[in-house]
Amino acid sequence: MSLKLLPDNTHIDFMGRRWPAIILSLVLIAVSVGSLAVQRLNFGIDFTGGILLELGYPEAADLERIRGVLTEADFPEAEVTNFGTARDVLVRLPPREGVSGTEVREDLRDVLQADEPAVELRRVDFVGPQVGEELTEQGGLAMIFTLIMIFAYVMFRFQWRFAAGAVAALAHDVIITLGFFSLFQLPFDLSVLAAILAVIGYSLNDTVVVFDRIRENFLKLRGLEPVDVMNTSINQMLGRTIITGLTTLLVLAALLVLGGEAIGPFSIALIVGIIIGTYSSIYTASATALELGVSAQDLMPPEKDPEEVDELP
Amino acid sequence: MNRYPAWMYALVIGIVALGAVLALPNAFGTVPALQVARTDAEPLDASMVERFRDLLVEEELTPDAAYLDDGRVVMRFDRVERQLQASDALREAVGDDYAVALTLASRSPAWVRDLGLEPMSLGLDLRGGVYFLYEVDMEAAIRKRLEMYVEDFETRLTEAGISRRVRVEDDRVRVQVRDAEDLAEARRIIRNADQDLNIADGGDGKSLLVTMTEQQIRERQNFAIEQNTTTLRNRVNALGVAEPLVQRQGVDRIVVQLPGIQDPARADAILGATATLEFRLVDEDCSGLGTQRYPFRDGPDTCLKREVIASGDQIVDASSGFSQDGGPAVFIRLDAAGGDRMLKTTRANIDKPMAVLFIESTRDVVERNGDIEYVTQRSEEIINVATIRGVFRNEFQISGLNPAEARDLALLLRAGSLAAPIFKVEERTIGPSLGQENIDRGFMAVTIGFLAVVLFMAVYYRSFGLIANLALFTNLVLIVALLSLFQASLTLPGIAGIVLTVGMAVDANVLIFERIREEVANGNSPQAAIHAGYEKAFSSIADAQITTLIAAIVLFTFGTGPIKGFAITLTFGIITSMFTAIIGTRAVVNAVYGSRRIQTVPV
Repeated sequence: MSLKLLPDNTHIDFMGRRWPAIILSLVLIAVSVGSLAVQRLNFGIDFTGGILLELGYPEAADLERIRGVLTEADFPEAEVTNFGTARDVLVRLPPREGVSGTEVREDLRDVLQADEPAVELRRVDFVGPQVGEELTEQGGLAMIFTLIMIFAYVMFRFQWRFAAGAVAALAHDVIITLGFFSLFQLPFDLSVLAAILAVIGYSLNDTVVVFDRIRENFLKLRGLEPVDVMNTSINQMLGRTIITGLTTLLVLAALLVLGGEAIGPFSIALIVGIIIGTYSSIYTASATALELGVSAQDLMPPEKDPEEVDELP
Repeated sequence: MNRYPAWMYALVIGIVALGAVLALPNAFGTVPALQVARTDAEPLDASMVERFRDLLVEEELTPDAAYLDDGRVVMRFDRVERQLQASDALREAVGDDYAVALTLASRSPAWVRDLGLEPMSLGLDLRGGVYFLYEVDMEAAIRKRLEMYVEDFETRLTEAGISRRVRVEDDRVRVQVRDAEDLAEARRIIRNADQDLNIADGGDGKSLLVTMTEQQIRERQNFAIEQNTTTLRNRVNALGVAEPLVQRQGVDRIVVQLPGIQDPARADAILGATATLEFRLVDEDCSGLGTQRYPFRDGPDTCLKREVIASGDQIVDASSGFSQDGGPAVFIRLDAAGGDRMLKTTRANIDKPMAVLFIESTRDVVERNGDIEYVTQRSEEIINVATIRGVFRNEFQISGLNPAEARDLALLLRAGSLAAPIFKVEERTIGPSLGQENIDRGFMAVTIGFLAVVLFMAVYYRSFGLIANLALFTNLVLIVALLSLFQASLTLPGIAGIVLTVGMAVDANVLIFERIREEVANGNSPQAAIHAGYEKAFSSIADAQITTLIAAIVLFTFGTGPIKGFAITLTFGIITSMFTAIIGTRAVVNAVYGSRRIQTVPV
């Protein structure tokens, strides 16, 4: 006998319970948008510009003393935090008007090395403010562009109601993942942006697989109401949806635990996004298509007559 | 029904074997190494391998291996300490003509190297180094060009005896003359000087407004960024860096990546230096007033006369090509002022030698009485001496060179100075220990993630799970093979992309296997279920992978640096996983189960 995570032939009435799910999604979106509006994202220097130093101390670092030393050296705006272990310290400095990054970098280095000669400069990043602005703009553009491309593809492969459902699900995933980062003020850097774009790819992957089955069932199970066809399709794909989600989460857990501090926010973004994406491909995508009034006629291949379709297995 | 034709098996085996061969160099790992190259980028020959090796043997720092790679000598060491000692010893022994760079070299045996196989190249975040992003000041590049026009017009109008005032006004040149008659003459002269310029009336009947066409502006900007890129590339070569990257990015940016360099301050100071050229006559008996002796790159020191005929900032353009008699030549275009002096000089000095002097000021770091100081150093060197064969003005050629030399000289002339100032807008330094840590962590994450998925698949899908695992492993090998083949830099986000691919690659197999289970549950025979599972899952798989591919391609297009690394591995992973998960597993399933009568499907 095959090992199974789910019983055979599940008949969960997903679409019948779509309204509670839609309300949950709306609440999550409202919280996300609210948080994004109030406390925005904790943008890293990739986007804001500035200087970032990753320091390795020979023993546990005294953050208070380092802050004191930096304030005394005329860097009161420096943010000093631990990074991973107690010996690793991250110093972040916003960009300064009229002073070259090179100068600030050298000053910081001198001050910190005078304080503790054994300190190791593991990483020094300087990003000009103009680069940061461009990245923010490019990142937003990339997201919008991805959504448009995907809308076009799904429209070409399915139909506009499905495309709208898919894009609604993706927007849902992106907004909630961003909201999660805003709510918990997790550092948002370039790699997190990449992770969110990967989430778009993954979540869509999930959605399209369900759509694909819905299309197949619309042709096969004729006479059934769209809502039943959708339920049947989602139930049939449930095993796959959960198993793929699980294997992906397995490797991401490995990445989160073992990948080190630098890749942490990236892993969290993917984990949150994939959980939300799995939920949205079950609910948001299909529910949107259903509410937009999708029907079997929408998916009939136009070039074939009904007789021919009937003969399909 | 579940059988592949023989050629299909051959194809699958062929691709997997090819992938294994391409991925092979990565299996040997890397060791610290030194790379020695000539500073002028001329390729070295095999005799130099022996010379450098002998030098090190004398110092009891015998390298583990020494060989020639693409015109550079590579010497491998077992430990970093020995690598550093050898580097110091070599630098002392070989002098300025050779650049000694610290690098990592693959430990692959000679026969693998002889096949031209190389391991993946590691990005800066994995091997340590410095990354600079420079922005070229385009406004300055245009302003500089307009100033050249001003000088040019001044000269030409003076010659024509027209009294005038010429100046740069924002993005145009205003030419003011005395009356309408002069205005018409000035217009004709300017039109002759440059056919393309836009010439408009200044409105008061006594002035002209000259602007560059959009195409001229674009050309000038392109020229500026290309020239700056070349200059930076030459400077990077002088720094002694193995596998550097100097690349134009977008309209006005230049990326410089220097693996292995740990001191951004020094690299920055050298890259930002300014340099120029001077054309001067050779003083053959070395007796003239103010004559000075200069080192000559390709010969004995040479004396040059004091007067400067033309200097680098008067060069409008330089390119290499062939002269009328078919020999290689360098074509140089000077502005009017430089051209006039050149005309007078050449007319008086036919068949005499003229030299090109290269002058560079570098900011360098020195230690003085225990203090670190920045000093500007001026170095002067003759890069070319050629005989004046005829009278010429602002366009002329330097002949008597071989094609490679002509190309290099044109390049050097263009690269002589920065066409426009550059500003550093981004700088990232990654220490070597952090790089190694990132490699270790990434490798660990891939391994553990891989094992977790493999275990799950084996338990959940039994025999078919094992086949999927085989495909997953093959998939990893193929990704590594593609990365090695295209020499795309592997970065930490790139490793994350591989980890993500491992998780997602099994998706295709999950889809197929779940479908097979469904078909079995619907009462199909085992063989029919397998067949239907693969057939019917295909459109879902294709749709799903194409949509992920869309996201990956957008990432690649919009992304820079680390994002690109992620997009590349994700893209490679999608492509290879389509092959291994669909065709690869099918081939194994067909081979194992295809021609047997089976009662149940072990899925």
